[in-house]
Amino acid sequence: MSDNMINNLDLNTENTEINENINGIEEEKQYIVVNIGDEFFGIDIMNIDNIVRMQRITRVPKAGEFFKGVINLRGEVLPVMSLRLKFGVEDDVITNASRIIIVKINGQYPVGILVDAVKEVISLSDSKIERAVQGVSSDKTMYLNGIGKYNNELISLLNIDSVIGVHEA
Amino acid sequence: MDVSQYLEMFIEETKEHLQSLNNQILILEKESDNQETVTEIFRAAHSLKGMAGTMGFSKMQKVTHDLENVFSEIRSGNMEVSSKLVDVMFKGIDLLEALLDSIQNTSNEGDVDPTELIEELDVVLKEGLGIEAEEKTTEATKEEAEPNDKKEYVTSLIYEEHELNAIDEAHGRGLSVFGMTVYLSPDCILKSARAYLVLRNLDEVGDIIKASPSTEDLENERFDTYFTLVVVTKESEEKLKEVVSSVSEIDEVFIKQIEKTGVELKQQSIESKAIKNKEIKEQMKTEDEKSKVKNSKANISRTVRVDIEKLDNLMNLVSELIIAKNSLISIGNAIGKNGQKDGFNEQIEYLERITTNLHESVMKVRMVPIESVVNRFPRMIRDLSKKLNKSIELYMSGEDTELDRTVIDEIGDPLMHLLRNAVDHGIEDKASRIASGKQEEGTVILKAYQDGNNVVIEVKDDGKGINVDKIKQKVIERELATQDQLENLPDREIIDYIFRPGFSTAETVTDVSGRGVGLDVVKNKISNIGGNIEAKSEVGKGSTFIIRLPLTLAIIQALMVEVGTEKYAIPLGSIQTIEDVLVDDIKFVQGNRVITLRGNVIPIVMLEEVLDVKKDDNNVQSYTVVIVSKGDKTIGLVVDSLIGQQEIVIKSLGKLINVDNVISGATVLGDGEVALILDVNTLV
Repeated sequence: MSDNMINNLDLNTENTEINENINGIEEEKQYIVVNIGDEFFGIDIMNIDNIVRMQRITRVPKAGEFFKGVINLRGEVLPVMSLRLKFGVEDDVITNASRIIIVKINGQYPVGILVDAVKEVISLSDSKIERAVQGVSSDKTMYLNGIGKYNNELISLLNIDSVIGVHEA
Repeated sequence: MDVSQYLEMFIEETKEHLQSLNNQILILEKESDNQETVTEIFRAAHSLKGMAGTMGFSKMQKVTHDLENVFSEIRSGNMEVSSKLVDVMFKGIDLLEALLDSIQNTSNEGDVDPTELIEELDVVLKEGLGIEAEEKTTEATKEEAEPNDKKEYVTSLIYEEHELNAIDEAHGRGLSVFGMTVYLSPDCILKSARAYLVLRNLDEVGDIIKASPSTEDLENERFDTYFTLVVVTKESEEKLKEVVSSVSEIDEVFIKQIEKTGVELKQQSIESKAIKNKEIKEQMKTEDEKSKVKNSKANISRTVRVDIEKLDNLMNLVSELIIAKNSLISIGNAIGKNGQKDGFNEQIEYLERITTNLHESVMKVRMVPIESVVNRFPRMIRDLSKKLNKSIELYMSGEDTELDRTVIDEIGDPLMHLLRNAVDHGIEDKASRIASGKQEEGTVILKAYQDGNNVVIEVKDDGKGINVDKIKQKVIERELATQDQLENLPDREIIDYIFRPGFSTAETVTDVSGRGVGLDVVKNKISNIGGNIEAKSEVGKGSTFIIRLPLTLAIIQALMVEVGTEKYAIPLGSIQTIEDVLVDDIKFVQGNRVITLRGNVIPIVMLEEVLDVKKDDNNVQSYTVVIVSKGDKTIGLVVDSLIGQQEIVIKSLGKLINVDNVISGATVLGDGEVALILDVNTLV
């Protein structure tokens, strides 16, 4: 269980050092980068409560179609949703790298999000983020806050509120 | 004046007094010469006045004062109880409630204006008495204030060594030592608050070196109407008197300078100690008797107010304990297969007994009698029936039925709604009642009782009942169903349509009810707290609404079953029997599976279909059927296998994962796996 937390914490401290080096001229946010297929998605670290390894998911009949079911996280029962199903890509294949990211919005609505893998933690300043993506329109765009550029990779930054569907409900 | 620490106490007590006033005036309206009731009302009004005065709420004090005057006249037989008088009195109580609301929310009386009511009270008083009224009342109050005990400075103080030293030291430094006995007015309500103010005022001008009873006792209101203090000060006797008398509700203050030295006082202490001991014994005796009288009078239970959050916390811990116990059991079973488990099993059983008892006690702590919700209804029914010009009697039973605190908080509004409906739509007006051969007076019954793991609350009226044809017509009008569909439905299911949103069969909208925002809200609220509601009705004879509520919310006994490879929990409270049914015994009626069990035809639900469980279709000879029921409806649930009975902790699935009601929650099993709990009420 100890590596449940992954090695995020180490990465975090490194990043803060870097932040200090550039003197905090621009406000930076930290994101956890996850894989879904070949794409990278960033989740604001402020929304993340925990990252756990894959565990047994109990299917819930008649639940929303994106929901895989519920898990037991230290005695609490949490729903788990699949980003793949939400984005309309083929269903999840559970591997050793699969993780469940527990997100909360303002400390409420804890939900697990199933992802293929967790890659790293990065810091992005506002200038590295493209807010509106012109010309690219898909179902996904409504779930995004913008696109971040990091080491020549494009990272779609998730708008957790709309992904979880707090407002839709 | 800082009395804020007493505010909460004031609010609670005022609520109690107002409730008692409400109840008693209702009785008075029916039995206008019930002397006991009048006395009770007078007492409540008087206490209210005293408390409001103490807390500095002048409007409240004024209103209660005037009410008290009226009651006082009734008590002494100078006035008759008229229906108009009762109306004004209720108005007064409503106003007091409004004031209290404002105090509770903003800590001050707000802009509620009592002048109009005070004038009305005056009018009533004068009408009832003639003009002499005012003089008489003042006389009456004068008489009351007359002192009945002899009051004096209490000299028989018992000094401790260090107190004597302090007195000697004060004398040495040229300060004066005063002994004083303060008498509070006998009807002072917040005695400890008064004592506190006296002590605080004195602290500003000197040092209190002794208090009898002790300051602690004073704070906790463990004293009669007087207390004695010894103060060291450089101020004069007059100044002290002035400082103490500035606190209101103080009857008299006796001050005496103490010039004796420590040694002399010591001698005196020893003497008075002997007397005191004797006195104490006698006092204890009388107090014992007093408390006996009190107990027989109002059955006051010893209670502690506890924040519901703390209880929730305790409950969560108990839940965790039960989960831990369950995992021990599953480990125990695993060990058992290897042979050695005797001592282990014993301990497990012991642990199980403890956790069950612990759970029960915690649940009991959370239980509140339903009385706290329903005791406002008699007044409401009275007002409504007056307004609608109907004559209605409300009978209540089972007010002592207990429910979980969270349920109690939620159940008030739905019940009120149902009662209003009964009064407005259910009970006919006087003329049509007589025309249809009924008694002029309509009856509404509110009945609560426990039924297994449920608490049932019934709201029943003997009015005109629900007209099924009218509902059918409405249903078709709103295109909720077609004529053909309705033809086949039993009346009961047609009546269920009244719980749909926007459905009201009342032809006229009154300000009491009939806007169609009603029963659907009621139903919603009740299902939110895990209950359900159904209606029964017979045209011309009346209708009954039956609410079923879970007794406990957090931990239940459940039967664990398997459907396919998935595990589900069925609450034990709703299970009747478990049957093995041969496949051939299942018949089809109108496309639905049914079985005949001991003469009853019971519909069968294949859980694998309802729950979309995928499984390999192996041909079985017989089904395991769990027979469950809700009220008098019974169905059979087909499962693949039974695992066993278990105590489970109910966890919410969360708001986000919208479940179509078949699942009421989830629970964590001993091995950490999550199992879902079936909501039997929606399946039946």
